[in-house]
Amino acid sequence: MRRDWRFYAVLALLIAGTAVLVFRMISLSVLDRNFLVKEGEARSIRTIDIPAYRGMIIDRNGVPMAVSALVNAIWVNPKIFSPDEKELNELSTILHIPAEKIAQKSEPGGKRSFAYIARGISPETAEEINAMKIRGLHFQKEYRRFYPSADVSAQLLGVTNIDDQGQEGLELAFNDWLKGVPGKRQVIKNRLGQIISSLDVIREPQEGRDLQLSIDSRLQHLAYDALLEALPKYNAESGSIVILNPKTGEILSMVNAPSYNPNHREKQNSHHRNRAVTDLFEPGSTMKPFSILNGLASGKYTPKTMIDTNPGWMKIGKYTITEAGNKNYGVTTVSGILQKSSNIGTVKVTLSLPPKSLWQLLTYMGFGEKTGSGFPGERTGVLIEERFNRPTELATMAYGYGLSVTALQLAQAYAILAGHGEKHPVTFVKTDQPESSKQIVSKELAEQILSMLKEAAEDGGGTKAKIPGYQVGGKTGTAYMLGPNGYDKSRYTSSFVGIAPLSDPQLVCVVVIHGVKGTVHYGSQVSAPIFAKVISSALRYLNIPPDDLSYQ
Amino acid sequence: MIQLEFPTEKKQSGDFAPPLSVRFHVDLPLLYGILMLLGAGLFILYSADNQSLALLFRQCIWMSIALTIMFIFAQISPKRYRQMTPWIFILGILLLAAVLVVGHTGKGAQRWLNLGLFKFQPSEIMKLAAPMALAWYFDKRRLPPTFPMLMVCAIILVAPVALIIKQPDLGTALVIVFAGVCVILLAGIKWRYVIGLAVIAAASAPVLWHFLHDYQQQRVLTFLNPGLDPLGDGYHIIQSKIAIGSGGVFGKGYLEGTQSHLRFLPEHATDFIFAVVGEELGLIGGVILIAMLMYVVLRGLYISTQAPDTFSRLLAGSLSLTFFLSFFVNIGMVTGILPVVGVPLPLISYGGSSMLTMMAGFGIVMSIQTHRELLFK
Repeated sequence: MRRDWRFYAVLALLIAGTAVLVFRMISLSVLDRNFLVKEGEARSIRTIDIPAYRGMIIDRNGVPMAVSALVNAIWVNPKIFSPDEKELNELSTILHIPAEKIAQKSEPGGKRSFAYIARGISPETAEEINAMKIRGLHFQKEYRRFYPSADVSAQLLGVTNIDDQGQEGLELAFNDWLKGVPGKRQVIKNRLGQIISSLDVIREPQEGRDLQLSIDSRLQHLAYDALLEALPKYNAESGSIVILNPKTGEILSMVNAPSYNPNHREKQNSHHRNRAVTDLFEPGSTMKPFSILNGLASGKYTPKTMIDTNPGWMKIGKYTITEAGNKNYGVTTVSGILQKSSNIGTVKVTLSLPPKSLWQLLTYMGFGEKTGSGFPGERTGVLIEERFNRPTELATMAYGYGLSVTALQLAQAYAILAGHGEKHPVTFVKTDQPESSKQIVSKELAEQILSMLKEAAEDGGGTKAKIPGYQVGGKTGTAYMLGPNGYDKSRYTSSFVGIAPLSDPQLVCVVVIHGVKGTVHYGSQVSAPIFAKVISSALRYLNIPPDDLSYQ
Repeated sequence: MIQLEFPTEKKQSGDFAPPLSVRFHVDLPLLYGILMLLGAGLFILYSADNQSLALLFRQCIWMSIALTIMFIFAQISPKRYRQMTPWIFILGILLLAAVLVVGHTGKGAQRWLNLGLFKFQPSEIMKLAAPMALAWYFDKRRLPPTFPMLMVCAIILVAPVALIIKQPDLGTALVIVFAGVCVILLAGIKWRYVIGLAVIAAASAPVLWHFLHDYQQQRVLTFLNPGLDPLGDGYHIIQSKIAIGSGGVFGKGYLEGTQSHLRFLPEHATDFIFAVVGEELGLIGGVILIAMLMYVVLRGLYISTQAPDTFSRLLAGSLSLTFFLSFFVNIGMVTGILPVVGVPLPLISYGGSSMLTMMAGFGIVMSIQTHRELLFK
């Protein structure tokens, strides 16, 4: 066989072709190696977050109020996820999600490679679904927040969002304290996004810290139950109760009704506001102690100073001021004015003093500014300095109209009276050592007002606030609610602020009921009994010894 | 002179007593090469498909069938092949036409005829029938071919190629064109015709471009610039380059490849199996595999040069060169120097269809060698 030039040409071509392949191999595996290795790692090595445990919220006795539980999120890769009819139906049954909604997550031609199907799934349910071995369906560990006290403390605690970040309430206010720092872990993932192996924990997750509140869960339940019972009884719209410890400024209880259950997030409603700090109302007669205090502080009045309230009405400019129920209390002492809740007496005392002195005192008492509790959305109330220069407005503000406050502000102001004139910063956090306090008024003046409040509770408007075995002091208040066009004369805000036990005040309680309709609407009729009910139980819970020795 | 090529013991024995292998028409050097490749194929496939024994078992069955077909094809003499060639070719054309009418569609292309028991691609027949037809045509004619003869060759080739492009199956069509060109080249074409053909090919490229399907055009564009579509068409090329590159000179070790086992490497058991070799066995493993493939090609070409007649010489040469082209295109595609066309790595990639054709071809090559040895004796 003659081997002509063609044979050698073919042979040369083969050798050249082989050489090309070998050189290409060398160029990839030797020359471009480092680059290609890095590219390969970039595809398979991923850094993922390790969820961090969010700190627990516990009450002052260690009872859990918000806890994080380990749950699963279920997500799918829509490009790969394509369940058959049977799988779809099973998923739908287990997760309580319509099958069509799950089917929508399957987009084989789409661009997305991540979509949540359900979150906050319990470990048992997740295990059940995992056993189905559905392609393109994955799990992700995360924490979910549970609130054992449910609707009782809903607005106070607030909620976290699905990513475990505080959204409202104390969860938001103390988010930085409660939240942990997610850890980071390097993993090898395959092209379907499944984690094949874990390489290294780059950063351990840092757990969040637990938060101990000043709140007492038992008082929360007491107060909330009392509100739930009272609202329908008085045909009222909403209510709040705040209980403060006047010795430390600690908030022992803060509840609102109606409420919602934060454990069922799908049923959202409009009761998220913590009304005790966000809703403003005209305090009415509950402001009178401060007007009287202003009089005593001026030195012009003592509790025994006689004031002439005849003839039961007075004119200021073109306005006429009358007593509630058009009564005439005649000539009475300063302490009688507070006991009987005389508008005219209060106005006369106030108008006889420098106009700004009342504004100054109310400001010292904490009205017109935030309490410093740090609660998100807390309001300042309306206390406008200029208005005190106008006699008609000064007169109405003296008995609690033309200014507005929050329930917490009112509680704080009464706590100053109950705490021997000392103002402690209000706080939601349990404190063993009370923070530095400020003397607002002298101990003597504060005690003088307290004894007037005792009389008011015993013989005056607040008799329904009496608690057997304990000396209590308190003041009622009633005001029209503010509607879109001034006062709404069919809806009342009925309030009561009480202090117990009066010999050594440990509890200051504000009860505010909004939107009371009907003939029974006075603070003395609506709020004082709620106070008595809540505080009588609270005193027993807290083992506070009775101080009313006359009661046997 | 030729006598010197044979062992002296045969010459001394007066009787006609060829070795057993030759009597059963098996060319042992070629068989050893093929068995080595098949063994290597199973070895790599075990790793490539995540140590799945099921796939390995199926591949073993395919190999048994393929070896049987090779053995059967080796028994038929080249003379019989020459006589049957026109009929095989016509049958192939008819089957290709049938595919277009009643063919089974899979993965967007109409390539399969459903024969009840199994599906089968008539285009595989053409891989053998087309070079046979050209070798048959040149067999009785004076060589080197004249221009009119080349025209006839072109007509013989155009019919099957057009039918296969219509399916569409560009890869197979190109393999058949190449097989035909090999026959023509080995037949002794004049230089000016080679140049002329090259010019015609270059001139017709833009025309052919318009005949290509969108996805085929896309593949060529993506090949020219993989970065155009790194998540779509470019993905294959980029991933296989990463796999080979990260293997380095010595590889990551058998069963240790990450790109293939984490499924970043597409088609890792079929068309892109060479990337698994590169990643796990490195440059050295890749070169050894290429050497094994080249050994089979060179043995085929040696048989071609020893063939007693033009038909056998052209056919054996063409089949050997087609085998070379198959693995050259496959490895070229996996290493990113050729566009992605769906050509498997012969005898290594998982899949039965192309292996059967390839082994049938080797059967014919063995037939050419062993029948000559017997004839010669």
